[in-house]
Amino acid sequence: MANIKPLLKPLVFIAMLTPLLWLFWQWGLLFMGKTGALGANPIEASNRFLGDSALKLLLLTLMITPIRDITRWPAITRLRRMVGLFAFFYASVHLVSYFGMDLLFSIPALLKDIAKRTYITLGMTAFLLLIPLALTSTNAMIRRMGPKKWAQLHKLIYAIAFLAVLHYFFMTRGNQPGPWLHLGVLLILLGWRIAKWLPARRLLSMDTGPKMGK
Amino acid sequence: MIRVSKPWELSENQCTPEKLYLDRRQIIGSLGLSCGLVASGAIAKPPAPDLPLVAKTSKWSISDPATPEKLATSYNNFYEFGTDKSDPAKYAHALITRPWAITVEGEADKTGTFSVDDLIRPDELEERIYRLRCVEAWSMVIPWIGVPLRKILARFEPNSKARYVQFETRFEPEQMRGTRWPVLDWPYVEGLRMDEAMHDLTLMAVGMYGRHLPNQNGAPLRLIVPWKYGFKSIKSIVKIRFTANEPTNSWKKSAPREYGFYSNVNPKVDHPRWSQATERVIGGGSFSSLFNRRDTEMFNGYGEAVAQMYAGMNLKKNF
Ligand code: HEM
Repeated sequence: MANIKPLLKPLVFIAMLTPLLWLFWQWGLLFMGKTGALGANPIEASNRFLGDSALKLLLLTLMITPIRDITRWPAITRLRRMVGLFAFFYASVHLVSYFGMDLLFSIPALLKDIAKRTYITLGMTAFLLLIPLALTSTNAMIRRMGPKKWAQLHKLIYAIAFLAVLHYFFMTRGNQPGPWLHLGVLLILLGWRIAKWLPARRLLSMDTGPKMGK
Repeated sequence: MIRVSKPWELSENQCTPEKLYLDRRQIIGSLGLSCGLVASGAIAKPPAPDLPLVAKTSKWSISDPATPEKLATSYNNFYEFGTDKSDPAKYAHALITRPWAITVEGEADKTGTFSVDDLIRPDELEERIYRLRCVEAWSMVIPWIGVPLRKILARFEPNSKARYVQFETRFEPEQMRGTRWPVLDWPYVEGLRMDEAMHDLTLMAVGMYGRHLPNQNGAPLRLIVPWKYGFKSIKSIVKIRFTANEPTNSWKKSAPREYGFYSNVNPKVDHPRWSQATERVIGGGSFSSLFNRRDTEMFNGYGEAVAQMYAGMNLKKNF
């Protein structure tokens, strides 16, 4: 156990990079004239794969605290920043893949889409909100902001996760199971926090109750 | 692109499906298994998808190179088998396509239940190479084999009240795993105005690429309405209903702001999710063609043949 610890971060780093490496490999196959796992419409498949990866990593980021609570293994929180930054990274590649391969880098087309298509508006909002979180994910920034303000800013992750799931809802046609599944996971992760927060608050109000009566 | 011989172009000496059926029964007979049960079991089996189909050529075919068959049979929107494009090819084999009954109801004199093999007459089969334009802004070119729908509908003798015709897809959760979740209000339904249904371009397809339809492409019989978005071309049909009033269609029911009854391909009317001005051409062959888009044509290029049916209609309102 003791000597796996220094390996943990590099291992997780490689694991998080694997989906992108796989995607590059598939494009390599396509370049050599072979149809790979991306199928008949590789651009669509890539955009979706990247969006799925970004959302899954976003939820994984939110999963770290419950996992810590359940396993009582505090060291795992040291992975949270990396997972969160990978979520941002995949969202960025998702955006670039859409902007580049679908819109062929046309800024007017992107602006038109953001204004016109609800799911793009939602996705873009989620992405823009992720930027300040990514920028402040350094030790220096935490020191500069102070842990309290920093933690407050990073509560944005909940709104971002909701926007991302909403983006998924609005993107799919019909009433598909995928968005519901991700919403379910998000609600459980939020519920975990509320369940932790509620008893703590009740204890607090019991403490202050009598004082306020005076 | 060089066009080599197409796999679905058959030489004269190849057997008709009927002959193959007979051969199969003869083989079974010669093996001494000639009890009636076995023989009728053999007939009730779905035709193997690799059985060749013989069809006449058609003046309606376009000359664009066909999408590779492998792509047309592995990239499908058939939500009854799952919402991922690769799901139908993975799961549609569970659908049993023989025996297959089609119920005909409503405003017609000859209603009732018919077997698919009675409705499709082999001598009426035509090959039609059509462009298929999906509402998701991609297109394929597919050599369908089928019978003009008008020839089939005429046999039911629709009466003077029949102004529309509605179609219904099979709904069988046991065999169609996608229907266990209410993606749409199952069963899937679609409709056409009578003049659209009777237009010579409208095809009841039973095959593609020279063979019987694979299940993921709508076996054993499906509609092809080439000037409308793909979702109008309803698959695996079990019901045909003649109606006096405009029938509902599943996508319109699901999202009336996004999908209408007509759903004619129209580059000028955007869908809230996709611009319809251009389309990605699936399966161009080269690496760079993966990025190819072509300008979407009004009525998917079939305007000359169909535009007069919509003369005087506001196509932005009737999308
Ligand atoms: C936090 C940011 C984002 C997350 C987590 C996210 C996630 C997702 C997810 C889960 C999907 C559905 C994938 C599927 O159906 O399998 C999706 C699809 C999509 N997203 Fe995002 N997204 C984000 C930001 C964006 C942005 C900024 C854009 C573009 C400006 C965008 C454009 C798209 C498009 C175009 C699709 C649909 C692709 C298609 O139709 O094939 N997304 N995204």
